[in-house]
Amino acid sequence: MEIVLALAIGTLAGSGIYLLLRPRTFQVIMGLSLLGYAVNLFIFGMGRLRTGAPPVIDAARGSDPSLYADPLPQALVLTAIVIGFATTALFLVVLLASRGLSGTDHVDGRESEKP
Amino acid sequence: MTLTLILLLPFLGSVCAALLPANARNAEAWLAGAVALAATALVASLYPQVAAAGVLRMTLPWAPALGLDFSLRMDGFAWLFALLVTGMGTLVVVYARYYMSPADPVPRFFSFFLAFMGAMLGIVLSGNLIQLAMFWELTSLASFMLIAYWHHRADARQGARMALVVTGAGGLALLGGALLLGHMAGGYDLDTVLAARDAIQAHSWYPLALGLIALGALTKSAQFPFHFWLPHAMAAPTPVSAYLHSATMVKAGVFLLARLWPVLAGTDAWFWIIGGAGLCTLVIAGYLANFQQDMKGVLAYSTISHLGLITLLLGMNSPLALIAAVFHIFNHATFKASLFMAAGIVDHETGTRNLRRLSGLYRAMPITATLAMVAAAAMAGVPLLNGFLSKEMFFAETVFLERPDWQRIVLPLAATLAGMFSVAYSLRFIHQVFFGPRAQDLPREPHDPTRWMLLPSGLLVAACVLVGIFPELTVGPFLRAATDAILGAEAPAYSLAVWHGLNLPLAMSASAMAGGAVLYRVFLRRSRETVPLLGHLDGKRMFDRLQVALPARAAQLIERLSPPRLQMQLLALVGVALAGALLPVLTHGLSWGTRPTTPADPAFVLLWLIGGVCALAVAWQAKYHRFAALIFSGGAGLATSLTFVWLSAPDLALTQLAVEVVTAVLILLGLRWLPRRDARYARSRAASTRLRRLRDALLAAAAGLGLAGVAYAVLSRPAVDGISPFFIEQALPQGGGLNVVNVILVDFRGFDTFGEITVLGIVALTVFALLRRFRPAPESVPLPHQQREQDGPAAEAGVDPAATLPAGYLALPAVLVRLLLPLAMMVSLFFLLRGHNAPGGGFVGGLILATALLLQYIVGGTLWVESQLRIHPLSWMALGLFSAAAAGLGAWLTDAPFLTSLAWHGELPLLGELHLSSVLLFDLGVYLLVVGATVLMLIAIAHQSLRAHHRKPAGGAA
Repeated sequence: MEIVLALAIGTLAGSGIYLLLRPRTFQVIMGLSLLGYAVNLFIFGMGRLRTGAPPVIDAARGSDPSLYADPLPQALVLTAIVIGFATTALFLVVLLASRGLSGTDHVDGRESEKP
Repeated sequence: MTLTLILLLPFLGSVCAALLPANARNAEAWLAGAVALAATALVASLYPQVAAAGVLRMTLPWAPALGLDFSLRMDGFAWLFALLVTGMGTLVVVYARYYMSPADPVPRFFSFFLAFMGAMLGIVLSGNLIQLAMFWELTSLASFMLIAYWHHRADARQGARMALVVTGAGGLALLGGALLLGHMAGGYDLDTVLAARDAIQAHSWYPLALGLIALGALTKSAQFPFHFWLPHAMAAPTPVSAYLHSATMVKAGVFLLARLWPVLAGTDAWFWIIGGAGLCTLVIAGYLANFQQDMKGVLAYSTISHLGLITLLLGMNSPLALIAAVFHIFNHATFKASLFMAAGIVDHETGTRNLRRLSGLYRAMPITATLAMVAAAAMAGVPLLNGFLSKEMFFAETVFLERPDWQRIVLPLAATLAGMFSVAYSLRFIHQVFFGPRAQDLPREPHDPTRWMLLPSGLLVAACVLVGIFPELTVGPFLRAATDAILGAEAPAYSLAVWHGLNLPLAMSASAMAGGAVLYRVFLRRSRETVPLLGHLDGKRMFDRLQVALPARAAQLIERLSPPRLQMQLLALVGVALAGALLPVLTHGLSWGTRPTTPADPAFVLLWLIGGVCALAVAWQAKYHRFAALIFSGGAGLATSLTFVWLSAPDLALTQLAVEVVTAVLILLGLRWLPRRDARYARSRAASTRLRRLRDALLAAAAGLGLAGVAYAVLSRPAVDGISPFFIEQALPQGGGLNVVNVILVDFRGFDTFGEITVLGIVALTVFALLRRFRPAPESVPLPHQQREQDGPAAEAGVDPAATLPAGYLALPAVLVRLLLPLAMMVSLFFLLRGHNAPGGGFVGGLILATALLLQYIVGGTLWVESQLRIHPLSWMALGLFSAAAAGLGAWLTDAPFLTSLAWHGELPLLGELHLSSVLLFDLGVYLLVVGATVLMLIAIAHQSLRAHHRKPAGGAA
């Protein structure tokens, strides 16, 4: 399981970084989105992987920490997901405004001399 | 208590003054006068206590965690200075009442005037260095506002800006110095610092701290080479010049030097820095004062010169010189303020301050002339006036200074030379304005002003004379209290007498008098256009050049250091991050841990096979097939969401799923405005492009591999016991909830969540604001061809907002979606309410409701939906923030810290057992804000297509 998740994080991050370095704004926004998944999964993974142990306290089992998955990374990632959405929205609007103003969707606001 | 009142009175007065109507001249003056007089009386009433107890203190906790208290401290020195600030303030208010013209907006003047008085009292009474630095900056700000009072004048704006930059920069240096000093002394409290002389002077940071504090003090007191701002500050109304720029604010620098004298003085560094700056200023400014053509210009340079004298005295490392310095601070304030008032009166009555045009005013305004003459004589150091006494003490100090030989010769010579300059410019000031042939072409016919305008000046001149004749009887005890407060036990004995016998200082005085008279008679009668010798020493020009050069150099540097292209910057960023991560891996290696791994489930492997392919497909398709890329990205998101379910994070899965939907809709809305990009039209691929792609792909692969390696290295190691067990154990007893993640979000770390929803709100508002000015590219304005094909003629016909259902093929889905809305509301509320004990919560609930609302828009079309249903996302956001804040503030009712959760558990008739908690109100706030922000962003983007349509006919007509 661990190795699968690690490879998944690597694939998401690699694709994201490749897109981040592309010249078109849409590519960059997609790249950030993928990188966001990777980072969220990475932070989530810091609590180690548990199956069938959601951090919702079961009255019958009591509140022994070893019975539940680590709630802290989960709380961090939850807010990160929402903020990630907000930044995507902001970036999208900046992208649209830049496209409207400069007439191109190149990240620099102008086509580079080299193709 | 009285101390607090003294400090608060001016600030309260300032607020009141600002609120009075613009034409309430008398009310303003009465208010300001009453405040200043009351403060003066309060200060005066404290003298017996100060004289008896030595130091009065008042302390309020400010930031106890940092060891900082808001403390006021009044000893003899602070008392004398506070009396100067308040007393002089009272006189200047009276003067200003008659000086300001009815056309001037007086509330602004008196409001800032009083605020300045408060800030200056803050400096004087501060019992702690950080607090002192704070009030210090406050005086700079007040001075800025007052210099720029007549802001329609370019010179006023420029002078104000220059003063602010110079003194503000000095204030920053002072703060740095205060921090160092506090660190060396082991506390920022003034008493602690004053007691730590040996520790500070032995410390290796002493020179640095001294340099920074000197920078602060010398800029504030307009010492060479920072003196140039003061003459330009003369663009302020004359009462401001009299009060801030001669009597009080510019004295803050020397006040600070005197205050810290017991700690910092006594070293060679102090002598050279402070004494050197003082000596240069004394001589150079005295020289320059002789060539000014503006009355206030002469006074400004003479103020600088006298401040130089005080600084030099402080720099001499001798207790007697310190006493002379303190004495001169007060003497200078009395005669210089009264001279400024005289200059203001002349300006007010004749309409000009130009020395070339003014002449023979003695007959027209005899009282003004007499007062000015006495004050100028005090400035020149004529016997029987107060200026003579302190100048005599200064001369004596230069003669008896214990320094190596050449310095013992240079100092008295320079002092006599400065004395000559002082006599010469005083003579010139009086002679040119009041004597000689009567000026003919003055803008106004001069005469003495009303008695009330002369009164403040008269009182000050009376003080000059009284102190000059009976020094021991008038100021003796107060001066002694002040200097004893600074020097403590080592205060030497001294006598304040007019006659000390025939000695060297008296001879120096006499030669200064004679020399000054000759200087004026021989060289200065004819007015000159330029300043001989020092004409090139123009601080303003250097300042202006610096102001232009600094940003230009910075721009050059930025251009060199950072590539203009975003791709290169990101490449550098990723490269550096990768290298930074690689470094420890190369030195320490990357090894796997021993934690037993969970066996891989084939379904999970399959899930991530699909997820990984999706991610790669996004990278592949994002350039030419945006829609496909978006779908693939959704696939990767779905895989992430399912992973969260699998690995015991139901809350995350729910949130991720909801966010996934909203993000997809958001980007779909944006796609319409992007340019067409078609692989068929792509330009031929050059080798360099391919090379660049290969480079990026390799870098990306390396980074991905690295991240995977690091992730596996962590995942294969056992977890460390952090703070997580605490949350799990305390979720129920302290947070009253079973869902630990939700309890963390809304209770334990509620403040973080509060900040986070605020950020979300800010982003939504930013999106909204950015889109208000949105201009789409021209080719994106018409309807996309898909929409035209699909809707056919209906697209042109427009929408009938009154229709029960939208026309066209979407009528049936619209019925379903409308039925869905109440259902979705219920589901979202269900998730909100159960969030504390089961997966759910405000974030998820809010996103579900937002999705349901969006569905209405997608199916019904913007126009139709908004004709049926008004959504006010801004109100939702405001309401959300308010409820979250209210839930936090509620805790204060029970004296608990902000955001402490309050719970009530009980039985109600009919309803049965009930558990109410402020946490629910907080989560409701999160819910409302998430709905509001999400809907606001999406609707704002959706509305753009409408705006474009509206604009089209207008554009066509034009």
